Amino acid sequence: MSILNYNGGCVVAMKGKNCVAIACDLRFGVQSQTITTDFERVFELGPQLYIGLPGLATDTQTVYQRLQFRIKMYEMREGRRMKPQTLMAMAQNLLYERRFGPYFVEPVIAGLHPSTKEPYICALDLIGCPCEPADFVVSGTCSESLYGMCETTWREDMEPEDLFECISQSLVNAFDRDALSGWGAVVHIIEHDKVTTRYLKCRQD
Amino acid sequence: MALEMMMSGPDYMRDPRKHQFSPYANNGGTSVAIAGDDFVMIASDTRLSRGFNIFSREQDKVFPLTPKTMMASSGCWADVLTLNKVLQARLTMYSHEHHDMMSTTAVAQLLSTMLYWRRFFPYYVSNILAGIDEEGKGVVYHYDPVGHMEKLTFSATGESVSQIQPLLDNQIGGLNMLGVKPPTMTKDLARQLIHDAFVSAAERDINTGDGIIIHTITKDGKTEETVKLRRD
Repeated sequence: MSILNYNGGCVVAMKGKNCVAIACDLRFGVQSQTITTDFERVFELGPQLYIGLPGLATDTQTVYQRLQFRIKMYEMREGRRMKPQTLMAMAQNLLYERRFGPYFVEPVIAGLHPSTKEPYICALDLIGCPCEPADFVVSGTCSESLYGMCETTWREDMEPEDLFECISQSLVNAFDRDALSGWGAVVHIIEHDKVTTRYLKCRQD
Repeated sequence: MALEMMMSGPDYMRDPRKHQFSPYANNGGTSVAIAGDDFVMIASDTRLSRGFNIFSREQDKVFPLTPKTMMASSGCWADVLTLNKVLQARLTMYSHEHHDMMSTTAVAQLLSTMLYWRRFFPYYVSNILAGIDEEGKGVVYHYDPVGHMEKLTFSATGESVSQIQPLLDNQIGGLNMLGVKPPTMTKDLARQLIHDAFVSAAERDINTGDGIIIHTITKDGKTEETVKLRRD
């Protein structure tokens, strides 16, 4: 099996009406053995800017730290907040620098534009090829199940409450059919004036 | 002799050569079955493919076994046809011996036994069996290629199982829906769910598409409906 599936885990992000959502599971394992069930793989990089890094757990942490460093350098130099599109370009650059010895993570970015509050979602592959669809993005060990769930449950222009229900049901039902992800989930709903973070109760097997 | 030795070396120095025959092909296909109190619906997509090639856009993968049972098979199409042929023969022999058709439960057990007989050279086939049992209720049996069998009320199998099964778990099984009672299955709801499930699967899986054939079995007989899916 691929090294991308060694630790397990998944991330999904969705667009709503003037809001975006990003969610992940909490399992950290070594193949079929579960080590901890409090491993968050979605990180806050700005007030309305989040990144999910499913894949090899060691690279999840390294890529997060390196991105954080570059973002701090950028924001100090520029004196303004980073746009999600800029974060995408930055992550792309970071990943492509390792084109022939990649970090084994497939990031998902979700956020609102700092001034226009335009929703933005994006997924990258492990060498930084971007995908910016209008509806939702998935990544991680149960991506096929996530596609199936999101494709049926996602609707255009959902309000934050509906978006929360949609992303939670999609994620939880998808990872319940995957042995490598699950064991709890965390959902962030990003709106122009607030971010709501909820931890979901789910089956533990 | 000496010249030959110089040109090709002694035979123990030559590269080993390996010949291999691969007996299995994956011809795609996805099937879904949903049981209700007095009916069962079994559907499959109509695409027959291998890799990026489409062999047929209108291949029904649901086979009638008895007036009360049907089987949906997908995987290696050669094995699907062979398994079906042998199973049909067994059913005919049974009906000649007993002057009656086999019950759904008996067909279910026979299929499991037949698959396990090929334990060490299996039929590369994913099966769902749907039928009406002795009490007139709809039942679904799900199989793995070597005959493991599970009795269920709904199931998906084949190429797009990972896209469809979580949706059915949620919408029919009522999983992760606190305080919501799972719905009573009606023909309309079953048909709608099958349609939605296949539309989503066809959207994301290249080996599923073209159309769906939905078979409905009740105590009064069978009906069939064809629905179109995207063809790309």
